Amino acid sequence: MGYKSNRMSDRTFNVILTIIATIWLIVVAYPCIYIISSSFSSGTAVSSGKVLLWPVEPSLTGYELVFRYKMVWVGYANTLLYAGVGAAIHLLMTIFCAYPLSRRDYLGKGFVQKMLLVAMVFSGGLIPTYILISDLGLVNTRLWLIISGAVSISHIIIMRTFFQSTIPQELLESARIDGISDAGYLVKVVIPLSKASISVILLYALVGKWNDYFTPMIYLRSREYYPLQLVVREILNAAKVDISNITDIEVAEKLASAADLMKYSLVIVSTLPMLILYPFLRRFFEKGVMMGSLKG
Amino acid sequence: MKEISQVKRKRWWRLFKRQWQLHLFVLLPVAYLLVFHFIPMYGVQVAFRDYRPLHGIMGSEWVGLKWFEQFLSNYQFGQVFSNTLILSLYSLATFPLPIIFALILHAIKSERYTKVVQTVAYIPHFISISVMVGIISMLLSPVSGIYGNVYRMLGGFGYPVDFRASAQAFRHIYVWSGVWQTLGWSSIIYMAALSSVSPELHEAAQIDGASRLKRMWHVDIPAILPTIAIQFILRCTQVIAVGFEKAYLLQSPLNTSVSEVISTYVYKVGMSSFRSFSYGAAVGLFNTVINLALLLSVNFTVRKATDNEISLF
Repeated sequence: MGYKSNRMSDRTFNVILTIIATIWLIVVAYPCIYIISSSFSSGTAVSSGKVLLWPVEPSLTGYELVFRYKMVWVGYANTLLYAGVGAAIHLLMTIFCAYPLSRRDYLGKGFVQKMLLVAMVFSGGLIPTYILISDLGLVNTRLWLIISGAVSISHIIIMRTFFQSTIPQELLESARIDGISDAGYLVKVVIPLSKASISVILLYALVGKWNDYFTPMIYLRSREYYPLQLVVREILNAAKVDISNITDIEVAEKLASAADLMKYSLVIVSTLPMLILYPFLRRFFEKGVMMGSLKG
Repeated sequence: MKEISQVKRKRWWRLFKRQWQLHLFVLLPVAYLLVFHFIPMYGVQVAFRDYRPLHGIMGSEWVGLKWFEQFLSNYQFGQVFSNTLILSLYSLATFPLPIIFALILHAIKSERYTKVVQTVAYIPHFISISVMVGIISMLLSPVSGIYGNVYRMLGGFGYPVDFRASAQAFRHIYVWSGVWQTLGWSSIIYMAALSSVSPELHEAAQIDGASRLKRMWHVDIPAILPTIAIQFILRCTQVIAVGFEKAYLLQSPLNTSVSEVISTYVYKVGMSSFRSFSYGAAVGLFNTVINLALLLSVNFTVRKATDNEISLF
């Protein structure tokens, strides 16, 4: 009898849990759908709050406005450069540092690891870093935007753990007998065997660079170097000023009619590349988080 | 004896030279760290000097703790410090939510449905902070946002209060938009830990007549406790470190009384309005020291409590 009543209560329990999960599903999905639908609606429908779930008076005006905005193109090109080249450099640095650390026989291991630990716990902070960058003449340059954050200690640790746990030591010994050098072994054996972790790190770096707002905000002055995030901020923030200046809220919102629509479209345009990557790479991302959780 | 150590040293040298390619690999990242991480650590001394760009760091006058005293006696100190503390403790209070979310998803019988919920819940993680802040402002619009729509759907007249302009709402907006964005993503690590729980434990408990709820309590939670502890330590290290970007981007003249936190204050006094590098660096260093002390003490406490089983270092 006890068993049966347990099964009954288990069933209700399952229903309750499913309902909770569904509520969260809606909480996350509804704003996303709302933004997408708004971006495909007409300016007046958006600013008068007529969009509820599906696009109202479907139109592409929002996207037209976004693509007419010159700074969006400038920002996109800059972001592609910073994120693309920057992530590639980041990946190289990570592999270069992680591979020797994964080797049990590497003599410099202790020194490099201590250095990483110190760099992880202490940091100079914003202002001493800024002074350095400005002394080096890297303020307001594309170069700094590309190479900033090229070395990430947590990524190195993830990568090293991965190398250690997936590439058997015997492989190195047999390769040595064949007379392969350390560099040859890294290129011909280690890298081809680590495609999963390499894509994880590459994607982490890409997303991080794509979404970075802090670095360009602190270090850039000229608008022609602005990445997408700064441009997005400029546009999304524009009407905020208007609203606080105009006391009649209805008038303020109507003035911003087309601007509102454009913002929704801009959100989609600037987030789209990450969202396209996402379904394909979901399992890699998850794997990366799990790898990061491995100790040691 | 001497000969042996000499032979050893020779052998070490030979091995060291044979690994020249590995040294070459490490050279680049090590040089990067030395320049971009370690030189600023040395540069932290601007906090104890009266920095003038023309004189350089070493040429500027040593003023000791002047800037720290100035910060501690500043009328804004209390406000900035308590804002930072409240905001981060409020965020810390949401720490259990991803754990609960993972436990719920793990207990749901339909695996396919779990996957659907997970997939959707991860999406907000990919939204950048500047876009996120824009979204918050758009959705909370009393006229055209979801907030205004729901208000009218529930029978409200006209337009509701504009939360975006309200200082009281700032903390709630900050924390709950963070939960919206990160709940799914932060739960991955617990999902991973849960999936490694041996099914035999569950079967044994089932035979003993334990309901799913009881198994969640007596099997699932103990199994992920070490993961929770490590995540908690990591989370605590950020208690005084409210991220700059979001607080800064959500700031407006209407809410600075609650939204000014240490990191935004450092930026303001150090770089934007006063441009006093030394004062900003001192405030930043003050923050770093507190964080470090906090990390060490939380780590120490957890290590003692678990008999050296769980610890970061």
